[in-house]
Amino acid sequence: MVRVVLRRLIQLGVTLIALMTLIFFWLRNLPGGPVDALLGERATPQTRETLIRALGYDQPIWVQYWRFVRNVVTGDLGNSIRTGEPVTAVISRAFPATVELALAAIVIAVGLGIPLGYLAARHRGRLLDNATIVVTLIGISIPIFFLGYLLKDWLTQGAHVFPPSGRISTGAGNTDVTGFFVLDGLLTREWDASADALWHLVLPAVTLATIPLAIIVRITRASVLDVLDEDYIRTADAKGLRDATIRRRHVLRNALLPVVTTIGLQTGALLAGAVLTEKVYNWGGLGTLITDSISGSRDYPVLQALILLAAFVFIVVNLLVDLSYAVIDPRVRVR
Amino acid sequence: MTRPGGIATLAEHKRRRIDELTARTSGTGGVSLLRDAGRRLRRNPAAVVGAALILLFLVIAIFAPLVAPHDPVQRFPELTSRLTVDSIPGATAGHPLGSDPLGRDFASRMIYGARQTLFVGVLATLIGLLSGVLLGAVAGAAGGWVDVLIMRITDVMLALPSLLLAITLVALASESTQWTVIVAVAVVNVPVFARLLRGSMLAQRESDHVLAARALGVRGRDIVTRHMLPNSLTAVIVQATLTFAVAILDAAALSFLGLGDPDINRAEWGLMLGVDGVRYLEVRPELAYFPAAAIILVALGFTLLGESMREALDPKNRR
Repeated sequence: MVRVVLRRLIQLGVTLIALMTLIFFWLRNLPGGPVDALLGERATPQTRETLIRALGYDQPIWVQYWRFVRNVVTGDLGNSIRTGEPVTAVISRAFPATVELALAAIVIAVGLGIPLGYLAARHRGRLLDNATIVVTLIGISIPIFFLGYLLKDWLTQGAHVFPPSGRISTGAGNTDVTGFFVLDGLLTREWDASADALWHLVLPAVTLATIPLAIIVRITRASVLDVLDEDYIRTADAKGLRDATIRRRHVLRNALLPVVTTIGLQTGALLAGAVLTEKVYNWGGLGTLITDSISGSRDYPVLQALILLAAFVFIVVNLLVDLSYAVIDPRVRVR
Repeated sequence: MTRPGGIATLAEHKRRRIDELTARTSGTGGVSLLRDAGRRLRRNPAAVVGAALILLFLVIAIFAPLVAPHDPVQRFPELTSRLTVDSIPGATAGHPLGSDPLGRDFASRMIYGARQTLFVGVLATLIGLLSGVLLGAVAGAAGGWVDVLIMRITDVMLALPSLLLAITLVALASESTQWTVIVAVAVVNVPVFARLLRGSMLAQRESDHVLAARALGVRGRDIVTRHMLPNSLTAVIVQATLTFAVAILDAAALSFLGLGDPDINRAEWGLMLGVDGVRYLEVRPELAYFPAAAIILVALGFTLLGESMREALDPKNRR
């Protein structure tokens, strides 16, 4: 187990370094280069010259690369072109918003997806099963930004059930402790603010959860059907185990492995979904940051940091999923 | 790497999903398997519905000039004159679906949209498929450090969620055109096809038909092109069908993020939905509903057909 973790950690490092190198050389080779991106078109030769010297672009490329790597490793990701703030500050401000949204989405997707997939498999070929198949197929075929606008249009404009955008009502703002608004309200005992933040969270979380939910339902259903066909289920049945025991110990436990894998993959994919969802609901997290840093003139330092962060999160989540196998499946632990 | 009982780590699982598909669909039974699969496919209602949907949109795309009442880029004075800030005219005589925000015939744009959308989807899938197949074939046939290098490159590309990779590629391109979108969506699929093909090549390298060809003195290049590639084809076709659905959804998402095709005359469903559709949702929701419905139906068609094909080719389901 330790060897597996070590090998994966090394892989993680190698992948991140490769990605970093790719981005570095790509940005250097943009037409006009990053200097033009920083200055815009109306720069005098003198300001250009000064900036080139200040950024160290007059140095040989390998010196620049080494400096870049050293900065990234020490956590200095440069300053945002748009706002001039350090990139790390910009990102850490947006980070809790996206984590809050993604966690809510995962809770919805897993909490509804596994039971639904299981039920569909148990009722194979009947109405519930067929309905589930049709709905999940539409779920993976619908552009989620469109679904977001639909929900927003139906539930906030006419009926006023949910707030249309943002993370919290103006005026209901609570004390900022962690940046997770729902949690902050609980910590400071501002229950109203917490409820308000939770209320804001519902529609974006449902929108973001749609694709993972549909995929988890489908995988769970397929996986349970596979397991139900296995000889050991027939054996368990034949030796007179109670139905509930068979379901819990034999069916679910074995069927969950591919589901856990899928949950890992989908958690990573949530980062991409968040870009769309956050734009629809004006959420102000990392997704919004990506949209902002690519609209109009590109904010390369922010963009570059976000790409590295996304890859890092994606790989770490996958590593955690691998480790969770050891908990679910004793056979992995023996190895 | 594979553990007993079919347990694998996640990254392996991702790879194995591709490899499994390969093993199931390539070179296991020759023509009889294909014929058998074809028969099961025709009996599967999901496959028939999927194929019918694809065919329907294909016909609309091909005969768009005959079906569409008007030119999709022409602005009609009778429509533009009625455009205001908060109203876009609906159905009138000669314009069955009314106007778009620029006074163009919306029905014609929807019909020509089939053309552009399928064009983007097909090209993105094809470019991804061809580059992936080429890379995978080289990796599988060459082995050694070439193989390791190509596989590590695909690892890096798989380190980002697919839509995020596409966003990154468009954002890093200096200017956005229709081709930037197509290439970005295509590149995302290169590692998938590369892995698929490499797995299939590795599986075949030791198989009897390749050994036989080698024993007969067939040149290495001919073994790859004549004996190995054709056997990998079914797996590639299945994957391409599934890829297509994701490709048009990704293209629509890019349009919505402002990274799409900047040509305002282009009638493409993703653009129509992602730009005008969501902007005028409260004014005239049909501008979003129609392209969205079309995208959902096309994506659904390709997903249904792709999954049925995979199921039909699975030897487990053979009778």
